[in-house]
Amino acid sequence: MINVEVVYWLVGILFLAWGFLIARDVAHPKRWGSSSFWGLLGLCFFYGTWVQAGTAPGWVLGIAVLVLVLLASTGLLRDGKPGTSGPAEREASAAKFGNKLFIPALTLPAVTVILVLLAPVLKVGNVPLLDPKNTTLVALAIGAVAAVVVALMLLKPKHPLTPVFESRRIIESIGWAALLPQMLSTLGILFTKAGVGTAVGTLASGMLPKGSLIAGVLVYCIGMFVFTVLMGNGFAAFPIMTAAIGWPVLVQTFHGNPPVVFAIGMLAGFCGTLCTPMAANFNLVPPALLEMKNKYGVISAQIGTAIPLLGVNVVLMYFLAF
Amino acid sequence: MLVLVGVLLVIIGFAIRLNPLIVVTVAGIVTALLGGMNPLQILDAFGTGFSSSRSVTIFVAVLPLVGIIEYFGLQEKAKLLIAKLARLTAGRVLLGYMVIRQVTAAVGLNSIGGHPQTVRPLVYPMAEGAALRRYGHVPEAVKEKIKAQSAAVDNIGLFFGEDVFVAVGSILLITTFVDTTYHLHLEPLQLAIWAIPTAIAALLIHGFRLLRFDKALDRDYAKATVETVGAEN
Repeated sequence: MINVEVVYWLVGILFLAWGFLIARDVAHPKRWGSSSFWGLLGLCFFYGTWVQAGTAPGWVLGIAVLVLVLLASTGLLRDGKPGTSGPAEREASAAKFGNKLFIPALTLPAVTVILVLLAPVLKVGNVPLLDPKNTTLVALAIGAVAAVVVALMLLKPKHPLTPVFESRRIIESIGWAALLPQMLSTLGILFTKAGVGTAVGTLASGMLPKGSLIAGVLVYCIGMFVFTVLMGNGFAAFPIMTAAIGWPVLVQTFHGNPPVVFAIGMLAGFCGTLCTPMAANFNLVPPALLEMKNKYGVISAQIGTAIPLLGVNVVLMYFLAF
Repeated sequence: MLVLVGVLLVIIGFAIRLNPLIVVTVAGIVTALLGGMNPLQILDAFGTGFSSSRSVTIFVAVLPLVGIIEYFGLQEKAKLLIAKLARLTAGRVLLGYMVIRQVTAAVGLNSIGGHPQTVRPLVYPMAEGAALRRYGHVPEAVKEKIKAQSAAVDNIGLFFGEDVFVAVGSILLITTFVDTTYHLHLEPLQLAIWAIPTAIAALLIHGFRLLRFDKALDRDYAKATVETVGAEN
């Protein structure tokens, strides 16, 4: 059986490989800080396997996480901007391969979806081939590997490790932001342990008429929207509103279908992202980039879509989840 | 109620633009302390939270694929595709780009677009070029509107496209959180499927607004012409 931990090891190997490439790059502006960051992150992905299994202490990983945060926030992590194909080369190759360039890209979702659909019948003896607890993730990893193989056969790069070199270029340009979603998820789990969601739930239940489903849906969706506006992203809002309303009221009391409630709840939060200056990358950087006079101009252009869409999410959740 | 201080710290920290990783970490530590945990328990909570959240970073597994096709000119090919929209009106250029952005994000190619990559060099000039062709001149106020709309289509297309793809942070954050906290077992694909109705609604709502944007431009220019003619008389 292909376990989900194998997938995390694949990710860990990638981080280690990037750390290794950076360590060998003498021209890198922060060679050792950056290679330690990606290398340590890679090791965390391996060590996590035993933390999850309960056979290794979690606090060791906790310390490693704090070190990662320190490396990232003290300027020791930088983008080495490794070389890649030039603009002329890329244009020539885009003309040469044309739409074939999309074939490897489409291989990924195609293989993923096919494997997920076939998973129940893919068995060796009586053992399922793909980890039944994490079918999608395992299928995705296989899809990603298959797509790289297709790309190598189709595009025939000079160096077979081109995918690794090029992905290093991308991860370095993403930088510390690559770690943020996982840290926000960690924060959500921590918040819930400390009772933040319960506290918000107590506050919200004051304004929630007992036994009203539509009120619950409204408070969950609008709460996701408001917390996202305040905190700048739905990732931080989701654990709070879900512990407050989504789980206890919508799923436990009203027996809503969990994937529908949670997927649409997150999208209600995305409507908030369209309306908030806290989401600077999306809403404040573009006006600067486009030399706009009104730095809130992008937000004003988006509000007219965000608000009706929030309404649509409320309606969709009410009718699809219950 | 004291634990809500952590939420406040996140809001303040993000608002004054501290490094978000530091903000998140400090907010977590403070909240845990207020919640009565000791330092070892806090480190432990960070470690176990981090290891059970590893799936959120799975997007990294897709980077070698994106890297190699970018090396061979994926973005240049996408630009050629977008450039085919050039003969349309401003609103339709923007709508065409939004469709491309949303569909590619839904199959995991969210690096195809972006404000520095496509909006500034391509989408905005094309939309403005369309207005110039139609009306002969583009006053500053109209430029400002077109710029805002160009940035907006990228955001809306991306947000409501990427959630249909399974390896995206928001989907995996949901599965990680509810699986860890409530011992459910949700598949990312189940969530991605339920993102489709909202994706369609986003396209319809914003598409409708973009078509109206063309009409609003027509009206603005008609009014401006009447006013200029009136002034000349």
